[in-house]
Amino acid sequence: MSIDMSQFYQVFFEECAEHLANMETLLLELDPAAPDPEQLNAIFRAAHSIKGGAGTFGFSDIARTTHSLETLLDRLRKEELVLRPEMIDAFLQAKDVISDQLARRRGETSSDLDPDAAEVVMKWLDVLAADDPAAVVPAPVQMQVVPPPASPAAPRSRFDISVHDDSVDEAAFAGLLDELRSLGKLEVMSEPEARKPRMSRALRRTWRLVLTAAVAEPALREAFEFVVPARDFEIASVVLDEAPVAAMAAAGGDASATVPASPGTPSAADDGSYGFFTGDSTTLVSATGAAAAAAAPAKTGSEHSSGDDGFGFFDDAPGTPGAPSAGPSDRTAVEDGFGFFDDAPHAPTPAAAPATAADAGSAVAPPASPDAVAPPASPDAVAPVAARVPSVGRRASDQPADAPVRAGRRATDKQVASTGDSASIRVGVEKVDMLMNLVSELVITQSMLMQSASTLDPVSNERLLSGVGLLERNTRDLQEAVMSIRMLPISFVFSRFPRVVRDLASKLGKQVELKTYGESAELDKGLIEKIADPLTHLVRNSLDHGIESPEARIAAGKPATGTITLTAMHQGGSIMIEVSDDGAGLNRERILGKARERGLPAHDAMTDSEVWQLIFEPGFSTAEAITDVSGRGVGMDVVKRNIGEMNGDVSIESSAGRGTRMTIRLPLTMAILDGLSVKVGASTLIIPLNAIVESIRPGREEVRTVGGRARTVAVRGEYLNVIELRRFFSAADAPSAEMPVMVIVDAAGHKAALCVDELLGQHQVVIKSLETNYRKVNGVSGATIMGDGRVALIVDVPGVLRTGNGLANAA
Amino acid sequence: MSDSNRSPSPSAAAGSIAAPVPGTSEFLTFKLGAEEYGVEILKVQEIRGYDAVTAIANTPEFIKGVINLRGVIVPIVDLRIKFNLGQVTYDPFTVVIILNIADRVMGVVVDGVSDVLELDAAQIRPAPEFGAGLDTEYIIGLGTAGERMLILVDIERLMTSSEMALVDDAASVH
Repeated sequence: MSIDMSQFYQVFFEECAEHLANMETLLLELDPAAPDPEQLNAIFRAAHSIKGGAGTFGFSDIARTTHSLETLLDRLRKEELVLRPEMIDAFLQAKDVISDQLARRRGETSSDLDPDAAEVVMKWLDVLAADDPAAVVPAPVQMQVVPPPASPAAPRSRFDISVHDDSVDEAAFAGLLDELRSLGKLEVMSEPEARKPRMSRALRRTWRLVLTAAVAEPALREAFEFVVPARDFEIASVVLDEAPVAAMAAAGGDASATVPASPGTPSAADDGSYGFFTGDSTTLVSATGAAAAAAAPAKTGSEHSSGDDGFGFFDDAPGTPGAPSAGPSDRTAVEDGFGFFDDAPHAPTPAAAPATAADAGSAVAPPASPDAVAPPASPDAVAPVAARVPSVGRRASDQPADAPVRAGRRATDKQVASTGDSASIRVGVEKVDMLMNLVSELVITQSMLMQSASTLDPVSNERLLSGVGLLERNTRDLQEAVMSIRMLPISFVFSRFPRVVRDLASKLGKQVELKTYGESAELDKGLIEKIADPLTHLVRNSLDHGIESPEARIAAGKPATGTITLTAMHQGGSIMIEVSDDGAGLNRERILGKARERGLPAHDAMTDSEVWQLIFEPGFSTAEAITDVSGRGVGMDVVKRNIGEMNGDVSIESSAGRGTRMTIRLPLTMAILDGLSVKVGASTLIIPLNAIVESIRPGREEVRTVGGRARTVAVRGEYLNVIELRRFFSAADAPSAEMPVMVIVDAAGHKAALCVDELLGQHQVVIKSLETNYRKVNGVSGATIMGDGRVALIVDVPGVLRTGNGLANAA
Repeated sequence: MSDSNRSPSPSAAAGSIAAPVPGTSEFLTFKLGAEEYGVEILKVQEIRGYDAVTAIANTPEFIKGVINLRGVIVPIVDLRIKFNLGQVTYDPFTVVIILNIADRVMGVVVDGVSDVLELDAAQIRPAPEFGAGLDTEYIIGLGTAGERMLILVDIERLMTSSEMALVDDAASVH
């Protein structure tokens, strides 16, 4: 049983990690000025899934944090709150906390985990979530539509508020105060003596506040009720300004100011031409929704669809104020076809804005007369309906009769397109590896069959031969398909960088924009995991050393905002990943100076690319100041080594004042290697192609001995050590073939000539580990299976050079 | 394996056994020169011919190299060389027993596979101390079946021992 549970844990952890990554991406894309309701919904769903899973498994800490997150998100997506940048910060921090909690649950200990972090973030989220809907919403509307504070739609009132409670959460209360200040003029007449900065103990005694702002009293009450129990505060209001409250309600998009939109409502009956259709008598339509609905057709002059029975929608031509929200809302409409009250998209605020603009001239306001303002009944239920109305209405305008069906189908298409990876299954890597093994066996069997069949008489065996031909094609297709299972798009790595760049740029006080291209390029899962760290290092490096400060950039005639570009593309059998910036570029003089200082071989005649390679030397840093970001000189050598371990390489191009581009070249998969097969004695060996510089067939006189035994060969002015692979790989001490071939290899800057008998050909080989059933063998990095079914060993070039040079010297 | 069709004993003990087995166990018997050996049948994956072995340099002589067993790279040990028994020749009748031990797959070359025998505890006697050759550490006991004497090898312990140099933590050869 316990084994079963841990299996489920693993699935949960994986899912959770995916949800978190997804959430982070969406959060970073989120535009605080105009949040996409679809994105908010997606973030909410991710949080909700994590919470559900965590609850099921009893991970209460994760569930609690996610719950706070979810509460705020829920209010946002229901349009009860307006998204602000600090909320995004809070979300990101909550995401980090959840990641930490997850890591702890996985049993990974993260040393720098702050145990209070979760509490702090949760409190922060709660404060943000406690903000009053009515108090928040009007702010942006006023900014968009009516210049504050002299808004005709906003009746200014004076509220005398006294709060006496000793269990008020001060953080929440402080948030409330901030909110009140943003509404209008807030005077704190008296406050508790023991008041301390945020997060201190509970408040004692009484607050007396005077607020002058354009808010309705019920809304204000509601705002307080979120923070303070109703019995513990008193509000007395005086209306200062005689503007109709109704208009204000419409302007504010105040969810609490709702009217039951029954057919009997005068406005609906009178303004029939506005398509205020209320066939569904149970539907509550908020004043906002009604106003938007009325205003939209009025502005565009489009027709209403009053014949659209039973759905309660009205016509809304694309381009009307409601339309922008329509598209994104489709998806949720489909996901829960009848759940109009579950998902709350985005419409009310933008929809409300034009309504306010229109209210002076048109007769929109009547339904929301002061008397009609209902008690704050189920704001949750109301807002979504208001939002639905324009969104589905646009579909209805296409073809009223089958509108819902069409809308559903289209939305489904869209959903599939936007979340293409939703239809996936989770399979263990070992199963995929087994599949790959079986397929490579099949390929070998097939080639054996092919060989046997080729000796048969083509006429009498025509059917057999065509069958064998078909088998060959199918096998190849199958092999390709199986290989592609392990491939993942590089967006898995790229998706982390918006966050890295955002955090680092703000830390360094730089303005940086990150662009990514070619995120769909695929590479092996194993490589995806390994490339992340080196790539992160390069990006951080670009940000820290490459991009200049905004002042320096302006002085250099460049835009203040720097650009870091991540590009991935396929090139032949490898993938190229570029990290480029438009910063200052590498400083040749400084690198050379530093290199001399460190005693590295450096001279002025070196080409630029040779100079750039110097920064990959261990301990090399030209940074003037060591920061906690970079500059300690550890890193670039590690980057180069890590990439080398993946059989890839990294190169640098740089131009002073214009930027630097670092290019990582990687094989598409760790499982496949480009190799040169060579014959040594009786055996076949594979030399990785990326280690090979060239192959030469030197004349006898070009190979010289040093000290009697050690042999050396001169290649382009360099004397290279000759390593006899024959001696290395077989016990036979017999001299090599008459005309041996020298394969010049380069591993980490050390060159040598490998002496082989014959070059056989170039292959892509599937790498198999020797260590699975055997052990590490000196000079061998792995094995592969050749077309004839035999095993060939893959030469570990760095290993051979280390041992071979030693052997030669000892010999 | 045509003679291996005996019904498995219900009490066949699995796992690594260093002491005489209670109840009965089945052993695959094979020959090395004139001697007859037995390994626990549950450790045997399959029996195949000897072909296409890729030699690995700088290994003890008894490690013949690796083969491709349906996509898996499997090391091959010639027990005849290891124990210095029998004629070391490789022909179409040379037999490799593929073993599944310690989560690894390995092959051993033997002179020939005889049959599968069921032995009960009474038939297995402790081995006396030998001076040299096969260490008694790797012997479960000596089995008697009629006139035959079987040397029952604890193959798992033998193959993972440092003297075989087949597994990494024991690889101090170089």
